Amino acid sequence: MSRERPLSPHLQVYRWQVQMVTSILHRATGIVLAGGALALAGGLLALMLGPEAWACFSGHAGAWYGQVLLFGWTWAFAYHLCNGIRHIVQDFAHGYSIGVFVRNSWLTILGSLVITAIVWVWALNGGAA
Amino acid sequence: MSRFRTPLKNVRGLGTAKTGTEHFVQQRLTATALVFLGLWFVWFVLSLVGSDYLAATDAVSKPWNAVLLVGFLVATFWHAQLGLQVVLEDYVHNSLLALALQVSVKFIAVLGAIVSIFAVARIALAG
Repeated sequence: MSRERPLSPHLQVYRWQVQMVTSILHRATGIVLAGGALALAGGLLALMLGPEAWACFSGHAGAWYGQVLLFGWTWAFAYHLCNGIRHIVQDFAHGYSIGVFVRNSWLTILGSLVITAIVWVWALNGGAA
Repeated sequence: MSRFRTPLKNVRGLGTAKTGTEHFVQQRLTATALVFLGLWFVWFVLSLVGSDYLAATDAVSKPWNAVLLVGFLVATFWHAQLGLQVVLEDYVHNSLLALALQVSVKFIAVLGAIVSIFAVARIALAG
């Protein structure tokens, strides 16, 4: 049983392609967003507990590290959203030719950056107010 | 004696797991819901930028906002649990550790959903 068996080629032997990046990022952003969901639960709990708890939560959210995390959450959300839509389209058997697949992968990345930019320009200009 | 199996038997065999389709379907259903609920949630949070405690609780207690927020929370924690389950299945091969992590993820996801939905309900019904 200790005999070395041949392994199938894994990540390190492939030249990096956008398809690999989008796949890995989808998982990574999914894990990040799961953590973000817990932070959201904490925020709603603080809002329920009262003004002091809310001031504590929004104080952390407004501090530089909170803003960095929120910015990261925004991009993770935007990316997982765009790439998720790409996956749903692919579930209907569209977009599998190599050229279209590569183009859609880049569109996903571009879309996530555009959404993140729109959200933060809006937020830094005082939101909808 | 697999050579006596008919093609129909092979199809009905459903592989060794005998399950999985409902996981796939639930993941896509929650994903589709989250396309809309997620965009609404980001818009909702952006509309609250710079508002104080009273304005925030007022916004959460508006019926439509509370309903959509609960919908977003259910879909989010459900979808997160489905996704993390697959990640653990792919990368954690020690069966005892895998079991412990799978159970933890499910418990934490359910706890997060219950706590956050209770918070929304309490804020919405407090007025």
